[in-house]
Amino acid sequence: MSDITKQSLSELIKNIKEKKLSSTEVTKAFVERSEKSKELNAYVTEDFSAAIDKAKKFDENPNLDLKLPGIPMAVKDLFCTKNIKTTAGSKILNNFIPTYESTVTQNIWNEGAILLGKLNCDEFAMGSSNETSFFGCVQNPIDKDLVPGGSSGGSSSAVAAQLTPITIGTDTGGSIRQPASFTGIVGLKPTYGSCSRYGIVAFASSLDQAGPMAQNVRDCALLHEVISSYDEKDSTSIDFKRNNYVKELTNNIKGKKIGIPKEYRVNGMPKEIEDLWKKGIDYVKDCGAEIIDISLPHTNYALPTYYIVAPAEASSNLARYDGVKYGFRADGENLIDMYEKTRSEGFGAEVQRRIMIGTYVLSSGYYDAYYLKAQKVRKLIKNDFDEAYKKVDAILTPSTPSSAFKIGEKTNDPVSMYLNDIFTVPVNLAGLPGISIPAGHDAKGYPLGLQIIGKAFDEQNLLNIAYAMEEKINFKNKITDWWIK
Amino acid sequence: MIVSDIFNYHMSIDLKTIKHISKLSRISVDEKKAEKLAGDLNSIFEFIEKLNELKTDNVQPLTSVAETTLKLRDDVVKSKNLREQIIKNSPQENEDYFVVPKVIE
Repeated sequence: MSDITKQSLSELIKNIKEKKLSSTEVTKAFVERSEKSKELNAYVTEDFSAAIDKAKKFDENPNLDLKLPGIPMAVKDLFCTKNIKTTAGSKILNNFIPTYESTVTQNIWNEGAILLGKLNCDEFAMGSSNETSFFGCVQNPIDKDLVPGGSSGGSSSAVAAQLTPITIGTDTGGSIRQPASFTGIVGLKPTYGSCSRYGIVAFASSLDQAGPMAQNVRDCALLHEVISSYDEKDSTSIDFKRNNYVKELTNNIKGKKIGIPKEYRVNGMPKEIEDLWKKGIDYVKDCGAEIIDISLPHTNYALPTYYIVAPAEASSNLARYDGVKYGFRADGENLIDMYEKTRSEGFGAEVQRRIMIGTYVLSSGYYDAYYLKAQKVRKLIKNDFDEAYKKVDAILTPSTPSSAFKIGEKTNDPVSMYLNDIFTVPVNLAGLPGISIPAGHDAKGYPLGLQIIGKAFDEQNLLNIAYAMEEKINFKNKITDWWIK
Repeated sequence: MIVSDIFNYHMSIDLKTIKHISKLSRISVDEKKAEKLAGDLNSIFEFIEKLNELKTDNVQPLTSVAETTLKLRDDVVKSKNLREQIIKNSPQENEDYFVVPKVIE
């Protein structure tokens, strides 16, 4: 089969289970395509020969009862992988080799998947374009010199370009959904507490969640089923009954109530996004769902709240990078000088900016005015959703206020970069699940996504609505393989 | 929501404040970097000041979205003999210890 890499995860699993394909054939196909796609810069670390060895070993005695039997998979380089370098896209972790495995990746290997390598991302997941990575920009396979979104930009690029059948990213303010939208793929940010944060390089601990990025909703549901688990190693992991998400996947959403929040109709939103949203509303109506206008009155305050809460938590989390315990160290005249030089040379500009913001808002005299204020507004934002969910089952919005932009276009203006996340950030602040599905193209032919926001722990309903809409939308990604010579 | 319509007032962050934050953050900054940071932080704080429009006196702060009480576990040691693993990634070590520049004269 020459078109192995064009197959979806579900097709690959079926073919491996029916012994029409071996894990070795599948793994070699993705390795070969990844080798030919270096121009995308999607990988930070390749582990190709080990992957092929593992695939051969799998084929010697295949356990076909597993959920991901012999499936090769690259993952975002924010997940600690035992004995495989894990950089978080930062110089300061450039030489870090974890001695332990993240729970989410362990769940994936336990179901038979095989690591292909580690995927590029914004430094410490702080960015919306993958341009803050120490390892350079990632190309969006949609068009040359177009950002793949961020922070899970290597992940979105690799799935859209079919370098990996599926992947996992992390989402603190939109880092799964925005890149999924920019590259024409599906990305799910699960409810806070569904997937363990153990072994994920921490950014903002009250917001960080791991989630699947896939070519379609079914594949996404399958990977979510694998990674979602209660874990005593994460104190905020929640012990609830998890569904059999694939088995219970249905396109029957008749009678579901879908909310349309008027505050998401922001000033200056391009007409094509507005049109896409209208089309989305028509699709869910076609599926027999009911549309209800709702209000989320504090939407406009979500981004300013996020830019206090996330940097505050980041400044605290990143205090551990001191050049002593692990990672990069710069020489200094004394201990303090060594700390200051290590952090100045080891962190990139955006990370330093956010540590500074966080330090300032937590510092003596400013804590109440900024951090406490933000926590209060966060409560108001969550209350908005709680109110809305008395009337509706889910909420439909655009995923992003624009399609993908060019590399370098927004790097000089941090605030305009932050505005990318206006539709995704409220979901993290409220701890809710959100999914972005590809829903159309703009005039340039670049993909656009729609976001569905669910009630906490209601991923099944979210996936069902996405599944029903996907069928109606019938989206085809326009990828020409321009980077393959 | 467009950047220009967001705020009416903000407090300016000057170079002295930047130096103070850089000290607290343990990140060294030279003059050029401090000026750039002051500009960036000012535009970000202009944006953040929007929150002052809201009255929040009677609102309880949200510290966690996970509305469950934290689980307690038995107080037993589960991981042992991790010394080698813990020290493995240190930039400089001396047998069982992390090595840092001289602290006591």
